[in-house]
Amino acid sequence: MTKAPAPERPDNRTEVRAASGAIKKLIFHLLLIAAGMVMIYPLLWMLSASFKPIEEIFSDPGLIPTQWEWSNYSEGWNALPHPFHKYIFNSLIIVAGCILGNLVSCSMAAYAFARLRFPFRGMFFAIMLGTIMLPIHVIIIPQYILFNNIGWVDTFWPLLVPKLLATDAFFVFLMVQFIRGLPKELDEAASIDGCGYWGTYLRVIMPLCMPALATTAIFTFIWTWNDFYSQLIYLRDPDMQTVPLALRLFMDSQGQTSWGALFAMSIVALGPIFGFFLAGQRYLVRGIATTGIK
Amino acid sequence: MTDNDVAVVPVRPRSPDDDLNTSKPPSARTRRRTGNTIRSRERWAALSFMAPWLIGLAVITIGPMVYSFYLSFTDYSLGYGEWTGMENYRRMADDSRLAQSVKVTAIYTFVSVPLQLAMALLLAIVLDRGLRGMAFYRSVFYLPSLLGSSVAIAIMWRQIFGTEGLVNQFLALFGIEGQGWVSSPDTALGTLIILHVWTFGSPMIIFLAGLRQIPTMYYEAAKVDGAGPLRRFRSVTLPLLTPIIFFNLVLQVIQSFQSFTQAFIVSGGKGGPADSTLFLTLYLYDQGFTQFNMGYASAIAWLLLAIIAIFTALNFLMSKFWVFYGDND
Repeated sequence: MTKAPAPERPDNRTEVRAASGAIKKLIFHLLLIAAGMVMIYPLLWMLSASFKPIEEIFSDPGLIPTQWEWSNYSEGWNALPHPFHKYIFNSLIIVAGCILGNLVSCSMAAYAFARLRFPFRGMFFAIMLGTIMLPIHVIIIPQYILFNNIGWVDTFWPLLVPKLLATDAFFVFLMVQFIRGLPKELDEAASIDGCGYWGTYLRVIMPLCMPALATTAIFTFIWTWNDFYSQLIYLRDPDMQTVPLALRLFMDSQGQTSWGALFAMSIVALGPIFGFFLAGQRYLVRGIATTGIK
Repeated sequence: MTDNDVAVVPVRPRSPDDDLNTSKPPSARTRRRTGNTIRSRERWAALSFMAPWLIGLAVITIGPMVYSFYLSFTDYSLGYGEWTGMENYRRMADDSRLAQSVKVTAIYTFVSVPLQLAMALLLAIVLDRGLRGMAFYRSVFYLPSLLGSSVAIAIMWRQIFGTEGLVNQFLALFGIEGQGWVSSPDTALGTLIILHVWTFGSPMIIFLAGLRQIPTMYYEAAKVDGAGPLRRFRSVTLPLLTPIIFFNLVLQVIQSFQSFTQAFIVSGGKGGPADSTLFLTLYLYDQGFTQFNMGYASAIAWLLLAIIAIFTALNFLMSKFWVFYGDND
């Protein structure tokens, strides 16, 4: 860490020698481009490999396929017991449910923590922060036993119900921080205008919380779409499986011969995350910068 | 999804939207008189807003935690189980696979987290220079940390470090003959560490936010005092950044002890070769959900929690010696 170059903020440099500054800048850009290339080369390569014939995947580290093998995609789409859109559909149902659940339940708890006074609020808040750090591994076995007993294994409920109950404490925290930053006068004005607590929550706080809600929705999308562990545990029925489970099944069931098709489906799986990343970068960066998780 | 409405609707009527609050703000005298009612109304409202979270806490979090602790003293296996006292914990002492998995997890955490944070800090400092195109670079470096936990990336990793993978193809260009990095017990864990380091983007963003908080006047003052760039980094940037470094460190240690997906996919679900990537979480999964030794798996879960708690506490204790909070001047 100590080896890192010193920060020199251009805005305070008073006696800059223009020429050496320009060269320095150029060197920095070149280094950054090189480093960035190393970082994303594997991704670009996988994208290109998804169009390559199989021999080329194992022999050519370059990015341009000599021969475009579009059939990788159609082959991958139909390589599993169900066509791939079935798994995408299952994933989307879970993702949509989780987003809705998190938006409603986490914002409700956050409003109470940020604005209402009630007994043990400090204690509950501390517990809530503690649950952010609680490893899922500690509670997954009893949860599994519970959901197994009520016959919910191989349904989406074990994945959805926790979100409806605001167990993603990270988002509660994110929204508490955000609501605390809103001027309290707004609440008072709303109450003078005849809003009760629910009215204030729905008509004043929620509309102003849009940035925090957007951050929550985007993170929930990415985390749920990527989630593997809980889906691996709860969804064993082939009809209920999701994109990550399908990829794993694909990897285990196929030999060396279908890497092209496997990569094609991996690209399909990464596509939505990349899309959300492009669309919601602002919210992602802000979300991380204010709360600091993932 | 419709259940959301179910969760909201029955609560709504209970919240009293009516007269008390709609009238003008209560004067000091009326407030004293109606204070209790207002407070109790607020409490009821709070209860209704907190209801989902409270139920979740009881049913999804605390309840299972308590039950898991109980299970760790039984030989429970889907439906049947008897109290066995400390047997599971005694068994741990003789379990060589468990020892191996603790070792693997510890190596993974203690190598990958410092490397990852060093990369994150280095790139954050470089990007903080306010270069043109900084937003673009930031995105490029951040992207891997969003994708990194997905199965697709783990599959890609398996190919990249495979016998005929991308890495060996590049090595072959230089006439070096590579090996099967994923299939060799000596290097398999290394590939996972590289994967973890590759996702340095999110701590980097946190560092960037921290760097922007440092007032420029400190740098100006240091400059006036004749401090060169290196000295300014060591005496201004680094001390003021230590709280952020500490924050990232705590977070990343906690997260990396819990990693699962990458090791599971890269090793084909077994933690191999030769248990060289058998993370504690993988062993827990194997015991709990493949062999259905749920009692023993619960004991492993508590071991994991204890390890995480101990290292987090250690982190906090050690922070007294190196984290600088500027308030006491």
